[in-house]
Amino acid sequence: MSSSKLVDEARPSLIRGLRALLFRELKKWLEDPVMVVMLVLQPLIWMGLLGKAMNINALFSANNMNLPQQIHVPGDAVLSPPGLRFVVLNGTKLSQFFNELGSKMMQGVFGTTDYFSFMSIGMVSMIVVTTTMFSGMSIVWDRRLGFLGKVLSTPVSRAAIIFSKILNATLRAMFQATVILALAYLLGLQLSPTFTPMNLLGVYAAIFLLSVGLSSIFIAFSIRSTRLERPMQFISLITMPLMFASNIFFPINLMPDWLQAVAKVNPLTYLTDAVRQLTILPTNFTALAWDFAYLIAFSAVFAVIGVLLSWRYLSL
Amino acid sequence: MKGDVIRAEGLTKVFNRSVVAVDHVSFSVRDGEIFGFLGPNGAGKTTTINMLTTVLRPTEGNAWVMDFDVVKQAKEVRKVIGVVPQEYTADEDLTGYENVMLCADLYGIPRDVAKKRALELLELVDLIDFKDKRVETYSGGMRRRLELACGLINRPKVLFLDEPTLGLDVHTRAAIWSYIKRLKEEYDMTIFMTTHYLEEADALCDRIAIIDHGKIIAMGSPDELKNSLGGDIITIAIKERADVTEIIKGCENVKEVRYENGAYRIKAKDGEVTAPLIIEALRRRGYTVVKLSLTKPTLNEVFLEYTGRALRDSEESRESFIAHRITLMRARR
Repeated sequence: MSSSKLVDEARPSLIRGLRALLFRELKKWLEDPVMVVMLVLQPLIWMGLLGKAMNINALFSANNMNLPQQIHVPGDAVLSPPGLRFVVLNGTKLSQFFNELGSKMMQGVFGTTDYFSFMSIGMVSMIVVTTTMFSGMSIVWDRRLGFLGKVLSTPVSRAAIIFSKILNATLRAMFQATVILALAYLLGLQLSPTFTPMNLLGVYAAIFLLSVGLSSIFIAFSIRSTRLERPMQFISLITMPLMFASNIFFPINLMPDWLQAVAKVNPLTYLTDAVRQLTILPTNFTALAWDFAYLIAFSAVFAVIGVLLSWRYLSL
Repeated sequence: MKGDVIRAEGLTKVFNRSVVAVDHVSFSVRDGEIFGFLGPNGAGKTTTINMLTTVLRPTEGNAWVMDFDVVKQAKEVRKVIGVVPQEYTADEDLTGYENVMLCADLYGIPRDVAKKRALELLELVDLIDFKDKRVETYSGGMRRRLELACGLINRPKVLFLDEPTLGLDVHTRAAIWSYIKRLKEEYDMTIFMTTHYLEEADALCDRIAIIDHGKIIAMGSPDELKNSLGGDIITIAIKERADVTEIIKGCENVKEVRYENGAYRIKAKDGEVTAPLIIEALRRRGYTVVKLSLTKPTLNEVFLEYTGRALRDSEESRESFIAHRITLMRARR
C-alpha cells in the first residue's frame, strides 16, 4: 500500500468544520434577500396591526369619550348623605383626570404607558421563534438532498454539523431582531430613561441565549426525520402556545393561574422581560438577573441535549 | 483476509426491526481493484456503501476499511475514504470551487494545500473554466464530475462511488467512465462502486458482486461470471451434409453441441481460442466451414441465470423516490 503522508497532514477540527458549514448556511441565506425581507415583514405586520391598529392606549384614554364641557351628575350618585340635586363637573378637568388614571392603569398593567413599545419588544421574541424554527427543516433538507450523508462520511466533528445549524439560526435571529428594533424605534418606540447603548449588548446576549436553546430543540426534534412534514407539524404545534402563553402580547399577571404557570416556564417570557428591562422599562436588576439565569440554564440544557443526540443519532 | 482494502463479514442491516436491507454479506476488495456491486434498485447496494462509509451502523456483522473497523474506528475510516454519493450533494448556491473547498475544510486539509489540490482536481475533471460559476448552472455531467472532485480532495485510499452515472445519458455516462479511469490511474486508489447498469459494471469493474434482496448471489470478474454460465456461444455451419457433432465435442473446451436450424450451436469456454480449434479440427477431416459467429454472454444473462429474472426496477420508498427524482431532474439539465 502506498504511503499515507498525504492523509496524515489533514487535521479535521471542530472550528474549521464549523466555520466552513456556517459559511455555507449564511451564504445561502444572504443570497436570498426575499427570504430575509419576508421574515422581517411578518413581525412588522404584527407590530402594525396589534401595536398600532389595536390601539390599547386609546382604551385607557378619555380623548375618545367626547366629554361635554359641563357634566351634570345626580347628587346622590356622588355624595352621601344626599342633599344636592346634582353636581356640575368640569369636563376638561375630568378628561385630564381620566387620562391620568388611564396612564396609571397602563403603567400598572404593562409597566409602560405605551402599548406599542410593550408589544414591539414582544416582536423580538417572536422573530427569534420564527427564525430558529427553520433550523429543524434545514437539517431535513440536507438529509434529503444527500448533503448530510456526504458530510457524515467526512471526519468532521458531528458537533460541528449541529452547531453550524444552531449558530446559523442564532445569527439570523440576531440580525432580524436588530431590524425589528430599528423599525420599532422609527415607529415610535419609547425608550426608558435608564436606557444606554451599552444595554444593547445585554439585548443581544439574551437573544443569543434563547436562539441557541430554541434552535437546539427544533433540531433535536427533526434529527432523525426524513420528512419535512414532521418539523412542520412540530412548528405549528408549538409556535402558537409558545407565543401566546407568554408576556409577548399581554402581561402574564392578568392571565388565569394555569396559563400563568405555563407562561412562567416559557423561555420567551424571560427573553421578552429581559429585553424590556433593558430598553423600555426602568431596569429592575433583580428581575433582569433572574431572566438571564433562566435563559442561560435553558440554552445550556438544550444545547447539550442537542449535541448528545447528534452524537448518538446523527446518522443516515 | 487481512490486508485487503475492504473486508465485510456477515454485514447486515435491518431497518425498523423488520426490513432486511442487507443480509449477511461477506466479501473483500483487494488493493487497487475496482470492485462493483451490481443489482437492481433496492437490492441493498447503497445501504452497504452507507455502512462501509460509516454513516450507517450495521445491525450485525463487521466491516473493515484499510483494516479500520467501520464502527469502532469510524473516524480513521473517514479520513482515508472518499465518497461520491448517488445524489448531487454539491451546494447549488456555492460555486464549484467553493464546494470543493468546503469539502477540504471538512477534512481539515491545510488551506494552501487544499487550494492547490482543488484547482488540480477541477482541472482533471475539466471544470476549471466553470469553477467560479454557481453549481445551479451546471449540467448533470458537470455535477457528477464536481462530486468526483469533492470525493478526491483528501486523496483517499479508497473511493466509494454510489451509482456514479445515475440518470445520465449514454454519452455523458461514457465520459464519466473515462474520468473515473483517469482519476484512478492518477491517484492509485481502490474503488468500490455500485451500479444497476450492466454495461457499466462490465466496462469498469475488475470484480463484481451481484446482489439481490440484500444477498450476494454471485461474485467474480465479469469474465468469470460470464464463463460460469458455461462459456461463449459459437455457431458454425458447414458446407457438407454430415453430422460432425462428435468431432466438435472432441475439441478442447467444448461443453455442449446442438444442431439447430442448419447450424451447430456450441457452448464453449474461451470462444476466441476454441473457435479456431474447431475449425481446424473440421478442416483436417475435410469439412469446410462456411459460417461462423461468436457470442459472448452478457452480465444480463448472468443476472438472469442467478435470479430467474432480468434486472428490474423494484418499488422504492417515497423518500428515495423523491431523492431520485431530484437527482434525475438535475441530471437532465
